[in-house]
Amino acid sequence: MRRVYFDHSSTTPLDPAAAGEMAPYFTEFFGNPSSFHYFGRGVRKAVEEAREKVAGAIGADPREIVFTSGGTESVNMAIEGIAQANQKKGNHIITCAVEHHCSLNTCKSLAKKGFEVTFLPVDSYGMVSVDDIAAAITDRTVLINIMHANNEVGTIQPVAEIGRLARERGVYFHSDACTSFGRVPVNVDDLGVNLLSLSAHKIYGPKGAGALYLRKGTRWQPLFHGGAQERMRRSGTENVPAIIGFGKTAELAAAGLEHEITYLTGLRDKIIREVIGRFDNIRLTGHPEKRTPNLASFCFEFIEGESMLLHLDMQGVAASSGSACTSGSLEPSHVLTSMGIPPEVAHGSLLLTLGKNNTEEDVDYFLAVLPPIIERLRDMSPLCHYDHCEVEEDCITCTARK
Amino acid sequence: MYSEKVMDHFSNPRNVGEIPDADGIGEVGNPTCGDIMKIFIKVKDGVIDDIKFKTFGCGAAIATSSMVTELVKGKTIDEALKISNKTVAEALDGLPSKKMHCSNLAADALHKAIEDYRNRSKK
Repeated sequence: MRRVYFDHSSTTPLDPAAAGEMAPYFTEFFGNPSSFHYFGRGVRKAVEEAREKVAGAIGADPREIVFTSGGTESVNMAIEGIAQANQKKGNHIITCAVEHHCSLNTCKSLAKKGFEVTFLPVDSYGMVSVDDIAAAITDRTVLINIMHANNEVGTIQPVAEIGRLARERGVYFHSDACTSFGRVPVNVDDLGVNLLSLSAHKIYGPKGAGALYLRKGTRWQPLFHGGAQERMRRSGTENVPAIIGFGKTAELAAAGLEHEITYLTGLRDKIIREVIGRFDNIRLTGHPEKRTPNLASFCFEFIEGESMLLHLDMQGVAASSGSACTSGSLEPSHVLTSMGIPPEVAHGSLLLTLGKNNTEEDVDYFLAVLPPIIERLRDMSPLCHYDHCEVEEDCITCTARK
Repeated sequence: MYSEKVMDHFSNPRNVGEIPDADGIGEVGNPTCGDIMKIFIKVKDGVIDDIKFKTFGCGAAIATSSMVTELVKGKTIDEALKISNKTVAEALDGLPSKKMHCSNLAADALHKAIEDYRNRSKK
């Protein structure tokens, strides 16, 4: 059976070139980079080269890169580290409703500890308003935490504007760039961030590696207590093979970015055009233009996401959804509901995230297998059938949205 | 995550549809939670002669709906009332634990359909 992987927002396949560079660091070059001797020195050199590559990919100084275990750790370190280190100035954090759980839950945890957190709303595209952020800043605000691109709907936030605002108002700014890195240009000076979180496995790197960009001069404190690794900013022996792989894929991502944007935008737009043109009672989620080039996301009314995913999987297509059943909770995705999408519609979410190995044939295959699945599930649905919506005036589900 | 039986009933659901002149109709769930099950029954001489369902929901919701229709078709009303959500889940070789509450409502829908049938018969 043909297998089509359209779930690159979950994870990406490891680039073979990165796997090749990583391999000897599992066995031959096993030394601890903190060791003074021959075995350690060689590995230290390789880790520092990887750091230069990651720094180069985002326009940073290598000394500003802290290797971590991944995006979640980076985000925790950024938010918690700023909050704890700046308590003399204040205890207020500004973030928004569509952040990844690693941001939201870190902020909620701080709120329980007595910090004040403002969770700003977003518009129907999932975009936060810079004016709202400006209005929320007080003399107690220590951090603005707004993601670069959203992982479920692809919406790209006005990060550069937020960066300018943060600088003017003397507030630190952290952006989670796990979804945007390798998909759109990410340059720490252009974005005006003080801190930035990156993940390796979203850019064809290995799982278990990420980085926190920490601008020189930022008042911040580490989360882990231990040895002097990563210039005292992240204790614990480095995950060397993963760091080597991350360095390689960061380099490849930066070099291939322009091509990838053009290529994936073409595939993505074909999916959006065809799917929207093919079905009624469907909506594109996220911003129509300001979105990551590899992400197509929809809500199909009257049907539920997990059912779609199961059928697609049986046809060989791997995709994702923000429905309750797939999110692992009883609520549909907080991203979709924050955008004002009613819960019953959010349950019909379908998320397709493309990657560099996808082809036009993959897209055509998906477009061929999708319609019978949607029709079958809608035929089975007791909710108002889309063909009858306009005639059945008593159908609350449909008329409420007309 | 799902058993083979769940996947079988999900991909080839039995008794999908509506019965226009049903003797009883039962509906449970709500669209906000992401599960709605509607069951239609036709009763002849105290026996469930025909049964159909329509379901909006996840794989477990569809599979349990299908399974409950298969379990009670041809059974007497009294026998059908003995079928619980647990019976349905067991007949499917179990469901993932988080699905036991949210998506395992098919027997409830059946019982509501029977209740509806009994209410109508009284009139």
